[in-house]
Amino acid sequence: MSAVVGARPVRRRRLSTTAIVYLVLVAVVALSAVLVTAAGKSFFTAGNLAAILTLMSILGFVAIGQTLVILAGSLDLSVPYVVSTASIVGAGIMAQGTAGILPGVVAALAVSALIGLANGLIVTRLRVHGFIATLGVGLIISGWLGTSFQGSFGSAPPEFRTIGATLIAGVPLSTIIMLACAGLAALMLHRTRLGHHLYAVGGSAQVARLSGVRTQVPVVVAHVLCSTLAGLAGLLLLARTSVGSPTIGSQGGYDLMSIAAVVLGGTLLSGGVGSVLGTIGGVAIFAVLDNVMSVLEVNPFLKDFIRGAVIVVAVALYAWRSIQRRPPRFRKEAGA
Amino acid sequence: MTAVAVQPSLGRRFVAGLGTPSGAVFLLLVALLVAVVVANPNFADPNQLVRFLARTAPIAIAAIGQFFVIVSGEFDLSMGAVIATQVVIAGNVIGQDEAMILPGIALMLLVGVVVGVVNGLLTTVAKVPSFIVTLGMMLALYGFVRFLTGGAATGNPVDSFREIGRGLLLDTIPYPVIMLIVVGAAAWALMRAPYGQTLLAVGDNPVTARLSGTRTVVVKTSAFVLSALAATVAGILLVGYAGVHPSIGQGYEFQAITAVVLGGAVLGGGRGWVLSAAAGAISLELLFTLLNIAGIDATWRPTVQGAIIIAAVALGGVAWRAARKPSAPAAAARAEDPDPAPPSKTTTPPITTTTGEQ
Amino acid sequence: MRHTRKGLVVAALGAAIVLAACSTDGSVDPSANPDTGTEQPAETQASGEWFDQAVYDEQFEQRSATFEGDPETPWLQYIDGEMTDTAEWATDEPMRACFANASISNPWRQTGFITMQQQAEALTESGVLASMEVRDAGDDDNTQIADIDYFISQGDCDAFIISPNSTAALTPAVERACETGRPVIVFDRGVDTDCATSFIHPIGGYAWGIDTAEFLIDNLDEGSNIVALRILPGVDVLEHRWAAAEKLLTEAGMNVEDHFTGADPTEIKSIITDALSAGDVDGIWMDAGDGAVAAIEAFEDAGAELPVITGEDEMSFLRAWQERDITALGPVYSNFQWRTPLLALEMIANGEPVPTEWVLPQVPVTEDDRDALIEANEGMPDGHYARFGGEDLPGFPDAWQNR
Repeated sequence: MSAVVGARPVRRRRLSTTAIVYLVLVAVVALSAVLVTAAGKSFFTAGNLAAILTLMSILGFVAIGQTLVILAGSLDLSVPYVVSTASIVGAGIMAQGTAGILPGVVAALAVSALIGLANGLIVTRLRVHGFIATLGVGLIISGWLGTSFQGSFGSAPPEFRTIGATLIAGVPLSTIIMLACAGLAALMLHRTRLGHHLYAVGGSAQVARLSGVRTQVPVVVAHVLCSTLAGLAGLLLLARTSVGSPTIGSQGGYDLMSIAAVVLGGTLLSGGVGSVLGTIGGVAIFAVLDNVMSVLEVNPFLKDFIRGAVIVVAVALYAWRSIQRRPPRFRKEAGA
Repeated sequence: MTAVAVQPSLGRRFVAGLGTPSGAVFLLLVALLVAVVVANPNFADPNQLVRFLARTAPIAIAAIGQFFVIVSGEFDLSMGAVIATQVVIAGNVIGQDEAMILPGIALMLLVGVVVGVVNGLLTTVAKVPSFIVTLGMMLALYGFVRFLTGGAATGNPVDSFREIGRGLLLDTIPYPVIMLIVVGAAAWALMRAPYGQTLLAVGDNPVTARLSGTRTVVVKTSAFVLSALAATVAGILLVGYAGVHPSIGQGYEFQAITAVVLGGAVLGGGRGWVLSAAAGAISLELLFTLLNIAGIDATWRPTVQGAIIIAAVALGGVAWRAARKPSAPAAAARAEDPDPAPPSKTTTPPITTTTGEQ
Repeated sequence: MRHTRKGLVVAALGAAIVLAACSTDGSVDPSANPDTGTEQPAETQASGEWFDQAVYDEQFEQRSATFEGDPETPWLQYIDGEMTDTAEWATDEPMRACFANASISNPWRQTGFITMQQQAEALTESGVLASMEVRDAGDDDNTQIADIDYFISQGDCDAFIISPNSTAALTPAVERACETGRPVIVFDRGVDTDCATSFIHPIGGYAWGIDTAEFLIDNLDEGSNIVALRILPGVDVLEHRWAAAEKLLTEAGMNVEDHFTGADPTEIKSIITDALSAGDVDGIWMDAGDGAVAAIEAFEDAGAELPVITGEDEMSFLRAWQERDITALGPVYSNFQWRTPLLALEMIANGEPVPTEWVLPQVPVTEDDRDALIEANEGMPDGHYARFGGEDLPGFPDAWQNR
């Protein structure tokens, strides 16, 4: 129970950070609209909004999972290779046709979950830092992918591909699934004991242990969910590209970009504080930024520079804000 | 006074040191070296050996730089981008003009210092996690340099500059080896100096370090500067060794972190021995050479690298935790019996605290 | 506690519903996207099997084929074959071209993209083009698919130019572009569909492999040791080069070992150094030339005799070849192909037919024309490609020199 009570004030503080994230998002959207209009193009067209939402959906899946892992005080650098593995496994099984869709999806997610289980057990049982554990697992998988698969592999039947190409009321189906996953993750974090424990363990594993939380369980679960979500991202990429690819995950740079998106969404990299809602905001900021840079035909090299600068400046702003606000909050809480 | 106490124990300390992860990497290095020589007897030729050492010098130096940052409790992901930047500066600023060599090197060192200071201040003053700071720095540097140059430098810098990475002193010892020895000695001296102790203290327990009057900002920032300077030196050696190319330096940050971890430094700071980081880098290269001689596809390298860092950290964690306990012999014994040890050790706390479950 | 457990059940149920939603949606409504159904999922290419005898034979012949058009403008030459009728797109209005580029992440693509921009400028002057909107996918299939879909949805592209990041993954998106009814031009790497108005490419990877392998076989004795330096596995244009070369070299009784280098000169130098420490190396085969200098330097540093080597028409290699006077060949993956898509648009605007598969010449640099090429490209950076074919464009030579 103590963990649940302990999570409450944390959430109240977090809400304000999330609000800032969305204010930043609104500002970015407004600025983008102005810039795009100034360039003689239009920002708010159905096509452009669909492009932004599609861009969001894949990084979104990975970032939701990354949020869970980071909240639990760990990190996942293996996601790009899980994404590729899921696309390969899915495509390999679906190559037999429509009958392969369900087994393909199940197998891809199961393999992903197993990788997550391995990550989680290495972190908790072998007590290897999440950074090294997932870097190592990622490298192990990438060696296997690089050796066993050269070029594309398998294929997805047309029925499966519709997931990647269907719009519902102008919103890509993939985005809707992603937002549903975000909703479920948020529900898990805020409405279940597991979620509260996750915050507690990420905040301070020692305190959590002393207050009777089984500290290993939330970490393992977070890793399993993270990899499963990365697997979903891989399946979605399979639906979009129609073939499995051993490099599709690393092409997108989903490891570092998802961590950046999570932090951009106001979650603390050290764990314990943050939200899925904020992460979605962070992902959206990235997507809008990328979109506007593409529309304005910004030099591809300059894009990287801008991305890097935005990440650091935004996180510095959050950090600066929390330093500024710390004294009054303590006084208020002491009074209450 | 202390000398009397230290002298006799030096030998014993050396032997005991081999039992710690930072010491064990030297045993690993020797074992790998023997294996490589057995597989390819030509390798034992002193000429071949120094050449091999010369080509591992850049990554070993980068690992030494990364060590300072890791031991202070942070990460430096911007190393590869710093190397790439320096390579481009060498190509475009020095170019074919010998008179530009010294100004060029000065500029490179300056860029290194600036990158390190920015990384350090953003981490310590702006309180942004170093992972994010150096990730941002990596993206920004790669992007900016390529934007300015349209992708790559115009061409290789003048040959006399490239001698630093390519040439031999007195036709026998490659300059990179000398550079590695100098950097290694300097790093060793630095870690023996009060600075090194402060750095370890900051990494081990920042709160206590701050309370006892350590200027965390200065100490950590200097670690980032050392890291960026190490990357700069690595860049100078690499542009000499291999020439200008956009792919130079890519992945060096993770390679260096792997080497440091293999050398027994604990992520999160506070532990490790700086020369073990260099030994870790050389071991990794030896291992890759061994795989190559054994005819194993290079595509398997990441797998080997991944398995090794997980094993190194898992075993190292056990050994360090054991070393903290009073009975050192028992700890050493446990470290040699890796597999059963970690689970039995780590499962104990949860079992005792299951009262709160269900 | 009860409250939280209920939450878990809700979460699990929700997950099940979402999963069910995904799987039913696809099977219930495949007609939502009729086009994707037309193509068979046949291209389940097994890994590692890159050699295709038929294509090999075809490219073997094409090396000595007659090319239509003026040899002075090789970017307009093509092998006689099927033509696409373009009368329906003939127009006097300047066209808005939309270019989905895979990336400009290597010197070859950087050189080509400069040529393309210069060509676009020239065609804008002459009133053929109104604009060329470029989207760069940064080597990511998913981004390039989104880029193409964006072009389609914005609806203001008179023509699509696509340089695919990978073959199979981009096929559905290219098909969607074709369905707009506008001309679609694909160049460099191909896609698994022939819906494009024109697919522009030099002869191909097998021809590269044949040219280089024949050169090594002619200049080396049987049983010579050859080290092959390859960039990375899984890219078709590169795999075909090696598939052909490996076949010929092995058949000729050469001892070949191949390595992946990631095009990193550090890696290249290490590999050669290791190979030299294990024994003699007589020949070097490369699937791209931009690390060739590092390979040559590895021989020099080891004090070994310089090998017979095949590189590329990259300036650093040509210069090193000239300085050292080694036995070498500079195979070419014609960089001037970056001009051709825009020139094809000009033909389309004029209503002239364009080759459906536009095979451009691909002539290796030999010792005979090396010096002339180096002279013609004086002042160009090391990462420049000698057969870039932009000498007659207005920005020459500044645009290529000051990158």
